Amino acid sequence: MASRPLAIGAALIAAGLVLALVLGPVAAVLARAGGWGALGPGDWQALRFTLWQSLLSATFSVALAIPVARALARRRFPGRGLLISLLGAPFILPTIVAVLGLIAVFGQNGLINGSLRALGLPGFSVYGLHGVVLAHVFFNLPLATRLLLQGWLAIPAERFRLAVSLGLSPRAMFRTLELPMLLRIAPGAGAVIFVICLSSFAVALTLGGGPRATTVELAIYQAVRFDFDLGRAALLSMIQLGLALAAGLVALRLGTGGGFGAGLDRLVTRWDGRAGLPRVMDAVWIGLAALFLLTPLGMVVARGLPGLAQLGAGSWAAAWNSLTVALASTLLCLAWALPLSSRWGEWVGLVGLAVSPLVLGTGLFLIVRPFANPLSLALPVTTLVNALVALPFALRILRPEAEAVRADYARLAQALGLTPLAWVRLVLLPRLRRPLGFAAGLTAALSIGDLGVIALFADPERATLPLQVYRLMGSYQMEAAAGAALLLLIFSFGAFWLCDRGGRANADA
Amino acid sequence: MLTLENMRYTDGDYSLSADLCLAPGRRVAIIGPSGAGKSTLLDLIAGFLTPKAGRLLWQGQDITATPPDRRPVAMLFQENNLFPHLSLARNLGLALRPGGGRLTAAEGRKLESALERVGLGGLSSRKPGALSGGQQSRAALARVLLQARPILALDEPFAALGPALKVQMLDLVQEVAGELGALVLLVSHDPQDARRFAEETVLVAEGLAHPPVETRALFDAPPEALRAYLGQ
Repeated sequence: MASRPLAIGAALIAAGLVLALVLGPVAAVLARAGGWGALGPGDWQALRFTLWQSLLSATFSVALAIPVARALARRRFPGRGLLISLLGAPFILPTIVAVLGLIAVFGQNGLINGSLRALGLPGFSVYGLHGVVLAHVFFNLPLATRLLLQGWLAIPAERFRLAVSLGLSPRAMFRTLELPMLLRIAPGAGAVIFVICLSSFAVALTLGGGPRATTVELAIYQAVRFDFDLGRAALLSMIQLGLALAAGLVALRLGTGGGFGAGLDRLVTRWDGRAGLPRVMDAVWIGLAALFLLTPLGMVVARGLPGLAQLGAGSWAAAWNSLTVALASTLLCLAWALPLSSRWGEWVGLVGLAVSPLVLGTGLFLIVRPFANPLSLALPVTTLVNALVALPFALRILRPEAEAVRADYARLAQALGLTPLAWVRLVLLPRLRRPLGFAAGLTAALSIGDLGVIALFADPERATLPLQVYRLMGSYQMEAAAGAALLLLIFSFGAFWLCDRGGRANADA
Repeated sequence: MLTLENMRYTDGDYSLSADLCLAPGRRVAIIGPSGAGKSTLLDLIAGFLTPKAGRLLWQGQDITATPPDRRPVAMLFQENNLFPHLSLARNLGLALRPGGGRLTAAEGRKLESALERVGLGGLSSRKPGALSGGQQSRAALARVLLQARPILALDEPFAALGPALKVQMLDLVQEVAGELGALVLLVSHDPQDARRFAEETVLVAEGLAHPPVETRALFDAPPEALRAYLGQ
């Protein structure tokens, strides 16, 4: 096997780079942060808004997920497997694409306002707190549903059999079997979603804004881009860091145990809920959830198709940038993940998740500025941050399999005296082909769809595709924006599909 | 001569001591109750474990600190003796070129003839998954043949095979080892294997690897520890 000292050396180098690239920017932020007096009332408002919208988003996501997960756990219908797979899709769906889809449904000229107008009823605006929460629920309802569905499917079938033979009423059944599970899983699921929403940037950028709907992440961006007040940006970054760490630790403690949810296609046979009303209610919940998740995507496709023809040179250049950045950050992420695919390596990877992209970006901005124009480094910095952010997910996918390969073949390789290079080339990489493909697909899709650091760094000449969509929206070129969004959607799902497929093809046992 | 000189291995509460000599070219069975340390003894000899005290010598040379691939030992494991994603040719090629480089024409012929020797001629492009359990064992033996080391360590590699197939494989091991002139160490929990295959037997029990005894003599007049193991 890769002779041990060499493997350990590679792991240490990788870990050192990750830690330096995360802690360096954090140190820069801490060093640059101004006194608390630098914060204006708007900044405190941003802090309050961040907490409030996260709380609302987490509550609604989990509350709505309960009936949906329950329905999915106990009903069998055609397309059930597909629907459950689709619940994983928002993870790689570019935020800006979802936002455009939501605007197409809930916006001023969207489906719902259009219908209201036709009926002579007053319309509503999608911008502000409710828009931000709506988008967060769109992203996190599927996640909550998957986590709860896992909980439901983990209740042993024998318990349901026992309950039915005891003749428990539906109420008693809920209280003895399902409520305890919900009390165990739901707080953890809520905490995870709360943490995710705390560092919401792209959604707040597009649907929030203004003094009353600004998150801390958005305030950082505004302090850098509009006020060029780096001291205040650093201070806000510190607040964001504290928030994320505190909430992250709580979420870690509560834990949900859920990974990527293997085996969700199982169905628990139950004897309750066979009456007419529960059946209808389950069908309604599943139908509403599917409608809520699929209509915006359908609208992106419908509105994007005519827009594809209007894509200008700027959009194609941005598309090219996005693909290069995604390719580079995928390679970087995997180069990090391979040597770190061990228990302690996974902890190192989590560090990258604890620090939000905008905080990382601000820190890097501060570090780079004395030496170079940060704006000219927009793409390399985006590549780096994207790789760091995807690293924990790549490690979660790779670690179990990498450990299995080592457990199974390290002795044989040692007995043969395989050189380190031969071990990596002939054993490790081929054996890890499937999880590598999956991890690469996830990283590439996340990177292609990312709208975060790039907004902080980009000048008018440089853009990635998500930023280009945002700019087109900002200049009210909605047709072109829809076309670029469709292209973005195709890229991110296509990249995921290609990599994942590549890992599976001819991957024999 | 393979010499285990006052060797002692400990791991927590577990401990194993050995002070014995094994002659080149002999066939030696290592038997004893499970958990007594048969595989540990083999791992110490093959270099996957390091003793806390004592020395390991081969032909008078100290190899206590030598890494596994530079010891005079070729090993067959209980499982995972072949990489499942590589063809037999690639798998066996690694025994000749651990860097994964291309084989010369002469090496290629050597590889083919090793496969023929174990009855797998013409199957070099197959992957292990396309072979039966017995064929996989044969392929692993062909690998050992290519490694051509003077000690052959077998850690119950045929445990998953049926009785008839196991006998066949042990016969093949005997032939292959005879051609190499190798010392064979066979770990087994089955006393029948020892009787059929081994000239000498090492009994591992109660934290001690006893010096080798002629197999027939051992079973004709079993000492206390062996009687307990055999349930007599």
